[in-house]
Amino acid sequence: MKKAELMDYDKALELFEPVLGFEVHVELNTKTKMFCGCANEFGQGANTNTCPTCLGLPGGLPQVNAKAIESSIRLGLALGCEIAEYSRFARKNYFYPDTAKNFQTSQYDEPIAFNGQLTIELESGRLVTVDIERAHMEDDAGKLTHVGGATGRIQGADYSLVDYNRGGVPLVEIVTQMIEGGEADSPEIGRTYVAAIREIVKALGVSNARMEEGNVRCDANVSLRPRGSNVLGTRTETKNVNSLRSVERAVRYEIQRQAALLHAGGTITQETRHWHEDTGITSAGRPKSDADDYRYFPEPDLVPVAPSREWVEELRATLPEPPAARRKRLQAEWGFANLEFQDVVNSDLLDVVEATIAAGAAAQAARKWWTGEVARLANASGVSADSLVQPAQVAALIELVVAGTLTDRLARQVLEGVIGGEGTPLEVVESRGLAVVSDDGALIAAIDEALAAQPDVLAKIRDGKVQAAGAVIGAVMKAMRGQADAARVRELVLERAGAAE
Amino acid sequence: MSEITAEQVAHLANLARIDLSSEEIARLTTELGQIVDSVAKVAEVATPDVPATSHPMPLTNVFRADTVVPSLTVEQALSGAPDRDGDKFRVPAILDEE
Repeated sequence: MKKAELMDYDKALELFEPVLGFEVHVELNTKTKMFCGCANEFGQGANTNTCPTCLGLPGGLPQVNAKAIESSIRLGLALGCEIAEYSRFARKNYFYPDTAKNFQTSQYDEPIAFNGQLTIELESGRLVTVDIERAHMEDDAGKLTHVGGATGRIQGADYSLVDYNRGGVPLVEIVTQMIEGGEADSPEIGRTYVAAIREIVKALGVSNARMEEGNVRCDANVSLRPRGSNVLGTRTETKNVNSLRSVERAVRYEIQRQAALLHAGGTITQETRHWHEDTGITSAGRPKSDADDYRYFPEPDLVPVAPSREWVEELRATLPEPPAARRKRLQAEWGFANLEFQDVVNSDLLDVVEATIAAGAAAQAARKWWTGEVARLANASGVSADSLVQPAQVAALIELVVAGTLTDRLARQVLEGVIGGEGTPLEVVESRGLAVVSDDGALIAAIDEALAAQPDVLAKIRDGKVQAAGAVIGAVMKAMRGQADAARVRELVLERAGAAE
Repeated sequence: MSEITAEQVAHLANLARIDLSSEEIARLTTELGQIVDSVAKVAEVATPDVPATSHPMPLTNVFRADTVVPSLTVEQALSGAPDRDGDKFRVPAILDEE
């Protein structure tokens, strides 16, 4: 649907109540795949991490990864779920080239975790509790590349290529109950919910949680109910919405699209839709049909998973502080204003700022360096700030500024050196000779020279026109190639001008 | 007699990507019906004190450690592929022309 044909968002909400549901897939960061010992890692050559089991070859037999079970239980607990006393795997049968076995090993009627709750806080401060229906374990599919055709998309492709390195990687799929009453906040609820899941799996350490690499993927279900009706509308499922901002945009788009269709007397087709990041629209995928008859049945090659209550309690004891509670605590400890704190959180810098403060830096200085210079350099080179430099190095840099060894300007040069691999801040200071000239003798010599060269300025200062000292300070800073503390130079200039009387 | 119909068998065959002739569908309709009837007999004797089971072995929690073992080489992995392109499996177009 073209943007112009969408219904105005406010009008759509006047006429309809949005009902949401989310399925979030979390890729676990175990060393090996879910059911075989192949490495779970990306960036390798195609089809280097495969074996008879994950390729679905005859004779391949699955063996459950203990770590994946542990991670799934911990994630279930962090979502407030009950952990099943008895859980089993099931085959979900369908034919698609990214699934070599011709079935996905998943869970059907006995998922590992169920009946959870997650309370999220919107920007307005509104609290929304999302009920979690279940979190179940399954294995991921391989990666398809479509070749030929105009667009590189599946439509019109001549053929497709498959890399099964991702096939068999452990996933946890988290399914919400229907979310009603979201109203105008619905798109924000989507974004905030997925952000909260991402934050939780990161805090648990069970996933790398990088959405851009597909570690966390969201399918968004949206339907509209006419005001005054209690009959649910037909829903669409928008697949693979893979950034937080896209979740928000896709939900909003579907509300506006469905409202326009329904208002014009049309009907919604129950279907899978694809989100297009570039154009900001969804397009029809395949309609739900016979092909969705998955003929689930218990996986005969695997025995049930029956976690003992003792084990579950042991794992519960390993849960980290819930991310939302941690944020509140840290903001209070650091005394950051809301905007300052949001800046840190939204830039994904909470962990590194915390580590920098733990390494001895003052909170505001840690915030300023990470959200300022480090973020700027990271943006410029297109990488994440936390991959650029270690918190300990930033703390060391801040210490040098506090000690007066470096000015901010010099410290920025030192930071570049540290990032460039020239060593610790102290080593860069020494190797580049960047320390502030704190030898008053050298400064006084330069000041006397500058005062002698500008007798009119000297006269003005003596007349009490202290602001005239700027010209002398500038000349001295230049002579020191910037490696002097301007405040100290100013002090000395006034002193020397007075002393020369 | 069970209520397995020829339409159900044809539907299942389609889901399972098995090409069946009408003779085969007729034969399988009878045979699957007999299997369903036999299972129904077992269900008659099942009592509430016999829990449903998906596995004959009285085993649970059989896990392996999360330790990497060597994978196949790319050549081994691709050796059974009908078609390949470099190090990837090549498959026919997934969607029909639209």
